[in-house]
Amino acid sequence: MSTTMRINGKAFQSSSAPNARLLDVLRNECDLKGTKEGCGEGECGACAVLVNGRLVNSCLVPLGQMERAEITTVEGLPEDSALAQAFVQCGATQCGICTPGMMLAATALLAEYANPTLEEIRWGLSGNLCRCTGYGRIYAAIAQVAGGFADV
Amino acid sequence: MSLTLVKQRTDQQTASPRRVDGVAKIRGTALYVDDLPCADVLHGATVRTTAAGGTLQEVVFDPAIDWSEFVVVTARDIPGMNAVKLLENDQVVLVDRAFRHAGEAVVLLAHADPEKLGMALKGVSLVELPNTAPIFDIDAALAAQQEIIPGNIYTDYLLDRGDVAEGEHLADVVIEERFLTPSQEQLYIEPQGMLAHLQKDGSILVEGSMQCPYYVLDALVQCMGMDKDHLRVVQSTTGGAFGGKEDYPSVIACHAALLALKAGGRSVKLVYERGEDLRVTPKRHPSRTLISLGANKAGELQFIDMDFAIDGGAYRTLSPVVLSRGVIHAPGPYKCPHIRVRGRAVATNHPPFGAFRGFGAPQSIFAMEVAMDRLARKLAMDPAELRRINLLRTGDVNPTGDVVGADCFAHATLDVALEHTHYYQRLAEYRAWNAAGHQTRKGIGLATFAHGAGFTGNGELHLASRVSLQALANGHVEILCSNTEMGQGAATTLVQIAADALGLPMDRVHLAQADTSRVPNSGPTVASRTCMVVGELIQKAAGQLLQRLRETAELAAPHDAQSFAAACARLCAVAGDTLVTAQYQPPTDMRWDEQAFLGRAYASYAWAAYIAEVEVDVLTLETRVLDFTAVQEIGDAVHPVIVQGQIEGGVAQGIGYALYEDVLWNERGVMANDRLTNYIIPTSADLGFMHVVLLEGGLGAGPKGAKGVGELPMDGPAPAIVNAIQQALDIDICQIPVKPEMLLELTMSRGN
Ligand code: FES
Ligand code: FES
Repeated sequence: MSTTMRINGKAFQSSSAPNARLLDVLRNECDLKGTKEGCGEGECGACAVLVNGRLVNSCLVPLGQMERAEITTVEGLPEDSALAQAFVQCGATQCGICTPGMMLAATALLAEYANPTLEEIRWGLSGNLCRCTGYGRIYAAIAQVAGGFADV
Repeated sequence: MSLTLVKQRTDQQTASPRRVDGVAKIRGTALYVDDLPCADVLHGATVRTTAAGGTLQEVVFDPAIDWSEFVVVTARDIPGMNAVKLLENDQVVLVDRAFRHAGEAVVLLAHADPEKLGMALKGVSLVELPNTAPIFDIDAALAAQQEIIPGNIYTDYLLDRGDVAEGEHLADVVIEERFLTPSQEQLYIEPQGMLAHLQKDGSILVEGSMQCPYYVLDALVQCMGMDKDHLRVVQSTTGGAFGGKEDYPSVIACHAALLALKAGGRSVKLVYERGEDLRVTPKRHPSRTLISLGANKAGELQFIDMDFAIDGGAYRTLSPVVLSRGVIHAPGPYKCPHIRVRGRAVATNHPPFGAFRGFGAPQSIFAMEVAMDRLARKLAMDPAELRRINLLRTGDVNPTGDVVGADCFAHATLDVALEHTHYYQRLAEYRAWNAAGHQTRKGIGLATFAHGAGFTGNGELHLASRVSLQALANGHVEILCSNTEMGQGAATTLVQIAADALGLPMDRVHLAQADTSRVPNSGPTVASRTCMVVGELIQKAAGQLLQRLRETAELAAPHDAQSFAAACARLCAVAGDTLVTAQYQPPTDMRWDEQAFLGRAYASYAWAAYIAEVEVDVLTLETRVLDFTAVQEIGDAVHPVIVQGQIEGGVAQGIGYALYEDVLWNERGVMANDRLTNYIIPTSADLGFMHVVLLEGGLGAGPKGAKGVGELPMDGPAPAIVNAIQQALDIDICQIPVKPEMLLELTMSRGN
């Protein structure tokens, strides 16, 4: 049995078992090492990817559920986007291990709210742990892209 | 101290160049240990002791498993010494017979299929004779009914200046308290791991996540019984460390190397799963402090008397050094004639505790700063006022008996913090709010402190760090040093310092990968020393390089990138040596008596005043940090955005320490809440913006007067938050983390 999906815009077929973790398929079969494993139990968001535009933790997703899904990993994000630039300028990355997941969380957030409030940003990122930054520079980066925080 | 002497930073972003490692991390192309390409790799796993100390009688391998498929390593396979190289050789690489805690490595296994490996792990059973009555508590260890080592004390220090009995005599008001702080997990998001390769020439290469490549190299030399030329250690991109990757990477590297040696050519990857990382790697030392403070009626401190003890766990590892920093920081940035701090690191049957940002200082500063608020209350004095009366000024004698020079900004940081938060206005508002009987209570609390940067005392002298710069024919310059980027921004900061000193744009300067076959030993990446000590060495080396180019390659002054490149090309063409090396020279005014704890303990102190504003829900007793203001004097902010990120990240860890993070232990002394579901660190839902104010006095020991900043922000949040909660609820708190259950108990007992 095989599973067919689109990963970063390209068709991909995996013959791994349906209970294989999407995380392992991405890292080992597709060699997309930007998706990280921080906990393996859905708590840290280092493995976050977009599935049909929704932010999910790929360590919790069995391959079998991905039939015909549209998957975006960090490698599929535009390279020099305003978000990427803001992350560099504002100091939103330190050790970087949470950063791919954060980039996807921020992408999902900005797709939902073009002009988010600080509260919306904080809740939108709350599934992604960062131990380095204390989040302040990440909030600043997202606000920079959105042209400032929306008033509450 | 007048504020005109210090500069307050407001141009954070414009003064900060791009992070050199930013783009790779944001695109996800930076390679961490688990991402390194490696064909035909074997995965490693570790069989561990289960009892809290005892003797290993037998290792039984399930006969149903075909063990010839696996690489199996035991203590007998160690070619060198079976001891992890650190301060003392008391910890084994693999248990042979005696062991002291649950979770010590006994057997290493490797196989290409992780599933088979998992099954094989279950197929090894250990026959252990457990010790009776293991010890998990500091005071129980000190009572020493059962001895792990003689007296159960690794180190016993005494800072004793003046005469505490005399101080007691002079004091009108005295308080006495007992404080406890828990262990804390670093929780870098990248778990620890190493990848080892046996090379064709018999040498071994180990790559992985680490802070200190030369620590790992020294450990490999000892365990593998090989010389340095046959061992090579390379740091891969490191996903957070915070001290947690200072000593333990040596253990994993030895394990991975032993497996690789026996695997005979196939590489071995040993990457810990999160639970294993939490259970076995070192964390912050738990502490217990007995403290007594006395002041006269005017609020002037007359004596500080502390008995500070930390749980070192089952082996000595870094505990003596952690203890010494804890002892020196214990009396705070205050003027006091009579000080006695006894510090002891005790042995228990927990896995060894280790380095974590702050390194002993957050524990003792917590006790001192909460005690200061108690003393203020007893004196019926405002806590900020009590601090103002006692904070050090230039010309005062500090707790280690050193005369404070011009580089003292304790008052400046306090003044700015009070002004920035409108402290007195807030205090009045919160009092009114609390009196009005709302659903919540609010409080504002502060902590004033100083953090010494670099190794304590003569430590830097013993390290004798070296840094090299290599000029290339194309006019680019490479920095060769063993200090690592682990998220703190060293790669950018060091390049920036070199570029600045060489008069080159940053894109002409590159930091070489930390690879022991290429870079000299510039000391470990610890103790907030990289920017200050190593940065200073880089600046020195840059001066040497310019001088050589001027003398032997006609570099004219002033130069630009083109004329610099032309001079480099000329130097290379005449086969001149384009490598310069600078070595650490101790400052002449640095005197430190290691026995008496007297003299100049650190090349520089950074000064800080932190203010927390909190709100506690009366019903749920949950605490929310409304606002956090961190004011610090750090000499010079080399890269303001990186500095701000360091402060914010450290404060976030400090908020976690104060309110959420609690390592729970099972009956065998192993971390029981070993998942991210039950070890709780702050998320973005818990944290708002913080106010970070940077003051720059320009008098530190680093480039342009910079000081180390990495650890500083860990010291202040816990006491500031606890002081704020105490004020909000009118209770006494002696322990962190402050969870709702604890507040329930305290408010109920007060009600009675
Ligand atoms: S690895 Fe998937 S959430 Fe942590
Ligand atoms: S940058 Fe290190 S965990 Fe977020």
